[in-house]
Amino acid sequence: MSKLLFEKHSRNEAEWLPELGETEAKVLENIPQSLRRKKEARLPSVSELDVVRHFTELSQKNFCVDTHFYPLGSCTMKYNPKALDAIASLSSFSLIHPYQKADDVQGALQVLHDTERWLSEVTGMDEFTLQPAAGAHGEFCGLLIVGAYHRSKKETHKKKVLIPDSSHGTNPASAALAGYEVVQVRTDAKGHVDLADLKAKLDEKTACLMMTNPNTLGLFEEEILEIAQAVHKVDALVYYDGANMNALLGICRPGDMGFDIVHLNLHKTFAVPHGSGGPGSGPVGVKKHLAPFLPTPRIVKSGAHYAFEHDVPLSIGRLRAFYGNFGAIIRSYAYIKALGSEGLKAVSEHAILNANYLRVKLRELYEVPYDGPCMHEFVMAATRQKKKGVRALDIAKRLLDYGVHAPTVYFPLTVEEAMMVEPTETESKETLDAFVEILKKIEEEITRSPQTVLDAPHSTPVGRIDEVRAARHPDLRYHGKQV
Amino acid sequence: MQYISNTTEDRQAMLKTIGVSSFEDLLKKVPNKLRHFDWKLPKGVSELELLREVVEAGKSNHHFHDFACYLGAGCYDHFIPTVVSQLAHRGEFITSYTPYQGEASQGTLQFIYEYQSMICELTAMDYSNASMYDGASSLAEAALLALRMDGRKKILIPDTVHPEYRQVVRTYLSSIDCEIVAVPMKDLSVDLEKLKSLAGPDVAAIVLQQPNFFGVLEEARQIAEIAKKAGALTIACVNPISLGVIEPPGEYGADIAVGEGQPLGNPVSFGGPHFGFFTVKADLLRKIPGRIAGATVDKQGRRSFVLTLQAREQHIRREKATSNICTNHSLCALKGAIYMSLLGPKGLRRLSLINVKNAHRTRERLLKIKGVQALSDRPFFNEFGLVIEKDQKDLALSLRKNKILGPLALDRFYPQLRSAYLIAVTENRTEGDLDRLVRAVEEA
Repeated sequence: MSKLLFEKHSRNEAEWLPELGETEAKVLENIPQSLRRKKEARLPSVSELDVVRHFTELSQKNFCVDTHFYPLGSCTMKYNPKALDAIASLSSFSLIHPYQKADDVQGALQVLHDTERWLSEVTGMDEFTLQPAAGAHGEFCGLLIVGAYHRSKKETHKKKVLIPDSSHGTNPASAALAGYEVVQVRTDAKGHVDLADLKAKLDEKTACLMMTNPNTLGLFEEEILEIAQAVHKVDALVYYDGANMNALLGICRPGDMGFDIVHLNLHKTFAVPHGSGGPGSGPVGVKKHLAPFLPTPRIVKSGAHYAFEHDVPLSIGRLRAFYGNFGAIIRSYAYIKALGSEGLKAVSEHAILNANYLRVKLRELYEVPYDGPCMHEFVMAATRQKKKGVRALDIAKRLLDYGVHAPTVYFPLTVEEAMMVEPTETESKETLDAFVEILKKIEEEITRSPQTVLDAPHSTPVGRIDEVRAARHPDLRYHGKQV
Repeated sequence: MQYISNTTEDRQAMLKTIGVSSFEDLLKKVPNKLRHFDWKLPKGVSELELLREVVEAGKSNHHFHDFACYLGAGCYDHFIPTVVSQLAHRGEFITSYTPYQGEASQGTLQFIYEYQSMICELTAMDYSNASMYDGASSLAEAALLALRMDGRKKILIPDTVHPEYRQVVRTYLSSIDCEIVAVPMKDLSVDLEKLKSLAGPDVAAIVLQQPNFFGVLEEARQIAEIAKKAGALTIACVNPISLGVIEPPGEYGADIAVGEGQPLGNPVSFGGPHFGFFTVKADLLRKIPGRIAGATVDKQGRRSFVLTLQAREQHIRREKATSNICTNHSLCALKGAIYMSLLGPKGLRRLSLINVKNAHRTRERLLKIKGVQALSDRPFFNEFGLVIEKDQKDLALSLRKNKILGPLALDRFYPQLRSAYLIAVTENRTEGDLDRLVRAVEEA
């Protein structure tokens, strides 16, 4: 157990800062008494060395891609090339202000412009905005565009958004935030969007269908062309949740499938590191007819000169201050540049190869409810194991003991005891084989010594955490006295 | 570059295990019609070429090592101690996921808990979440929270709040049945008389920014009292660095306090990524958007940390969640936490005072120049407005010649404020920078 920084104490005079060079009282003359802080903020007080030791110690309690295989389905935990970090930290890109004149930041604008163009090519869309800070932010942006589009056509009766029952939770949450009523579409026996159910629920009130392809079961929606056609027929739009785009690079494009709006997760497909939960970036691409509604400002190029365009009358407006998570975007810019056309194709090819390899190797151990060729990930079910008294969660925790991050468990909600495995393209066969061997060992344990699995993890800094207590007795900040 | 680990032999062996003769056999479900397209993408390059090209592209950017930055307006050139990025850029922080598997993410969960604690201390609020995208979206989420309270449908936002923040609030609320009412300003601060007349029983929240967009210190206590009287929430949007000397929102009665965390150890980076902080008084805890880390125990009774109160969130509640937010900006919040740790209570106070001192000295010297006048004489923190009666183009050229970035021409957001500029001064600005700034203005 690590002490909290608040529970440590050593000398901290903040000597990295210069002296004030004036008496406090003199400087304070500028601030009226009534507006001043009266009680000192009780921040921890420790030396620089102790800060370094503290956070280094904390870091060592994390599983991460740099240290562990991380087959977390739907999250695309691929290797994040170190060169991208170095590029994002260049002073020419990290030490520039968003309100500098366009002439003085041409390099940065070029990065944004090229990234928009390249993402358009990758997805088969016409225009992109890089403003959204995350996937869910992108979804919200896309749905506001749906609304603006229908309003521009005076179709104010469109109030429904259709969403498959296997979707990510952000989809319905974003739809609700954008003022829509959510209608769920069923998954059919083969694990696809149930076309009949979809058609039954489509009507003139439908504004949009949100879906992923491949879907959250890792299956390609083979009826996608018919789905898009049916949605367009009622003058609704088709929204592509790009969470699974890592499967499609160079293979096919959402724009060609009939999607009108796309969001991408640069922190999944385009190698931006996940950073313990952000920052990511969720660019949104649209077809031409929706381009006038994109958020402001837009980046425009005339000749060799880049500039911002703020005057976009039909735009949905602004989703955040400034232009986007530039430090994330430039990583993806560099990633696309490094990989190029061939490299991007290799990404999806190896992502699919690795997922299918694991699927085939693991189906002797696990139920694979929708078996058959998958794309970049697949869902298996710990139903056989459950009969022996061990659940997906237990296996997930036991995997930690073997030095593997757990797959995503209990998602999608439509599969019982779901374990969603996404190996990504950057892993080697050797790593995948080792993972299979570990699951075999756990299988033996389930038979011979199930308690070992039920009590897992044993080797992590803490054992199984009491989440119920955390929720019933919220302890969300340090209250205790400082040393 | 391809960051692939499988060899050609691996690939063959894997296809064989899968039971297909070629990779294409795995793609049979993809309609043939979709398989043919032409994409215009560059050819891949080596890391050597990549770095060379990107460094080259960056040369056209004027950056803070060559130019002294007097631009602020929500994004500030503060000094960041080396320790911050050295620690935050460790692979264990940068390449891990959201801490869903608590046992394998104690590092992340503990720093979030510590971050929450430090932000609460800084703002004197009761609870903080794990961070949001940025200051503007945090403010918008605060407005959403207020609108969910008890059916009141008006949000009052003063014209002194950052114009882009106001735009973001407008976008976020555009699909919701509510009304955003602008509160006029007087002498670059909230017109309190007008605010009183607008603060009716239908108001869900009154927003204030402290210091406001112009760097001016608002009468925050009075604004919060007006809100309280009207039964509305007070939402304060604050600059964290200012809280070393300026009264924190928790003390003057804010119900929700949010803000842009960039000044806490995050590089300006052309406007992002940074982080937004989001704090509330105790009674609003269960309405907070986003992630929260909590302390609990493991099976053996050892202190452990975990994401908690998740029943508010989208992955559980779907369309009934308190927000659609999924990710926070952990890594940026981590930088904030490390930065606050390095500051400590004494450093925070000194930093805040240095900013006050430098900004006031800068203003004093500039006001001595012919053609330069005050825009307001109200108290301010580290940013202030001035009227500079010079031709805008001449001034821009002179500033550029003297290697100065900014100041920001205010007519960009306030057309009525002609020849007015916003000048931000941090601890990073030297006497030499100031000499150049003065010269640039004099010579323009």
